[in-house]
Amino acid sequence: MKILVCISNVPDTTTKIKFDDGMKSLDTNGVQWVINPWDEFALTRALEIKEQSSGKIEKVSVINVGTVSTEPTIRKALAIGADDAFRIDCEPSDSYTIAAQIAEVAKNENYDIIFAGIESSDFNAGAVGSMIAEFMDIASVSSVSSFEFNNGDITLKREIDGGKETVKIQTPFVAIVQKGICINPRIPAMRGIMMAKTKPIKVSSPVSTEALSEALSFEVPPPKADCKMIDAENTDELIELLHSEAKVL
Amino acid sequence: MSIIVFSENRSEKIKKSSLEAVAYATNISKNTQQAVVSVSIGNVPNEELEILAKYGASKIISINAPEWQTHDSQAYAKLLNEITEKENASTIIFTNSNIGKAVAPRLSVRLKAALVSGIVSIPSSYSPLTLKRKSYNGGAFQNVQVKSPKAVLTLNPNSCEVVENPQAVNIENYTPNTPTNFQTKIESTDVTSGKIILTEASIVVSGGRGLKSGDNWKPLEELADALGAGLACSRPVSDEGWRSHEEHVGQTGKIIAPDLYLAVGISGAIQHIGGVSASKVIVAIDRDKDAPIFKYADYGIVGDAFEVLPRLIESVKKFKNI
Repeated sequence: MKILVCISNVPDTTTKIKFDDGMKSLDTNGVQWVINPWDEFALTRALEIKEQSSGKIEKVSVINVGTVSTEPTIRKALAIGADDAFRIDCEPSDSYTIAAQIAEVAKNENYDIIFAGIESSDFNAGAVGSMIAEFMDIASVSSVSSFEFNNGDITLKREIDGGKETVKIQTPFVAIVQKGICINPRIPAMRGIMMAKTKPIKVSSPVSTEALSEALSFEVPPPKADCKMIDAENTDELIELLHSEAKVL
Repeated sequence: MSIIVFSENRSEKIKKSSLEAVAYATNISKNTQQAVVSVSIGNVPNEELEILAKYGASKIISINAPEWQTHDSQAYAKLLNEITEKENASTIIFTNSNIGKAVAPRLSVRLKAALVSGIVSIPSSYSPLTLKRKSYNGGAFQNVQVKSPKAVLTLNPNSCEVVENPQAVNIENYTPNTPTNFQTKIESTDVTSGKIILTEASIVVSGGRGLKSGDNWKPLEELADALGAGLACSRPVSDEGWRSHEEHVGQTGKIIAPDLYLAVGISGAIQHIGGVSASKVIVAIDRDKDAPIFKYADYGIVGDAFEVLPRLIESVKKFKNI
């Protein structure tokens, strides 16, 4: 069995977001690029499952749709423990085109389980994982917070309103994962970083697709007014302000 | 042409976020002369379904066959595709909920229709459809234009107004042609009934590391009860296992947009703010006057949580006469 983990290359989550080119694109000056946090959770869980599978899962690969500039992030995924990587060489546009590229590779290479993070921390679209499944016409389970692989038998937990559902599923399928799927995301160790240098990144050209939407511009939220401070003794005043001034009580 | 709204219910009641979605569809319909068709799956009584008409649905398609009541994303996408064809729909609207997130992208691929997710306000243009959506965890908004003939939209809860627009009630009980050979088999369901859903809650009370231990949550629970609020926590609290992951709000946890967010003992790391910045009003209570949370808060109290909380609970009870 083979697992494919989708990896998005995103600005570090502490980045102060600024735009240039008439608010059309991110100002990448000084931006540190990292693996999307949910993809990092997914990769960690995929590696844990592989290690516990007594050889049933033979490899964990990662895939990214991006230009050569994303290779340091792919190398990081390899350093964390992925066996090999794919990079579809193009500038990603909308979720639809990204998913079309990944689905093509997943289908041709016969992956059994595909992991995707619930969203990317840059565009927050939360669409790629489910779209891959639809392109491949296979099942998908979203909001997955637990993934157990027991001798080939797969049990997932997914979040629903007010609780959880335990779900059984057969491969192939896409698991779209969220918080809880792993406890601590793995970080690369020196040995992993050395080994990653020789692991293969297979670069391929994109298949032809057409974006269905176009990003026009970005806006930043207006600056927040100063915080009104209230004396710690005077909680009645806070409630009164929330009622008569803020009108939320 | 029509606009379809996927309406969700919980305990046989239509969710507030689904009424927001119907009102949103009604806004588009008025600007594009289309009918609003609401789709409801599950055992929802007719008098409850009628609420959808009150907010603008001129037709309500009700699917209450038991085999459709568990959710399979692949089958649901096929079902919505079937209804899109049946109703000659141009636009299909979901809430950005667990189910909406799971089904909308699949439907978008099936229909070759642009997906615009996490929408936060009414369209800035109706032709071509141009929408404002959240990005960078609330650090920015993105304006997106639809290029395809059809569109699939998901709306962030609590970000669009619920406006009444009464229509004559027209309920169609429908038996889908889509087969129910679901690939996902539900083994068990573990739901706390009556629990306030964080992403839907109008008020959320949240605790952070400042509360020092998971054993200290009692006053926060009491405050949440008094306010009728949902209960949340910051990332360190769920990572330490003091509270469950489902309560974690923040960038990698739940993204919420209540009318009132009350943070207690939360310093306000940027990742936390990413999950709560869409709240209309933020109140912060923390002992450190220099905590970053006060930069994002509308009202602040500097003080020890264990001293402030009992007083605050009393003030709330006095205000609510309980």
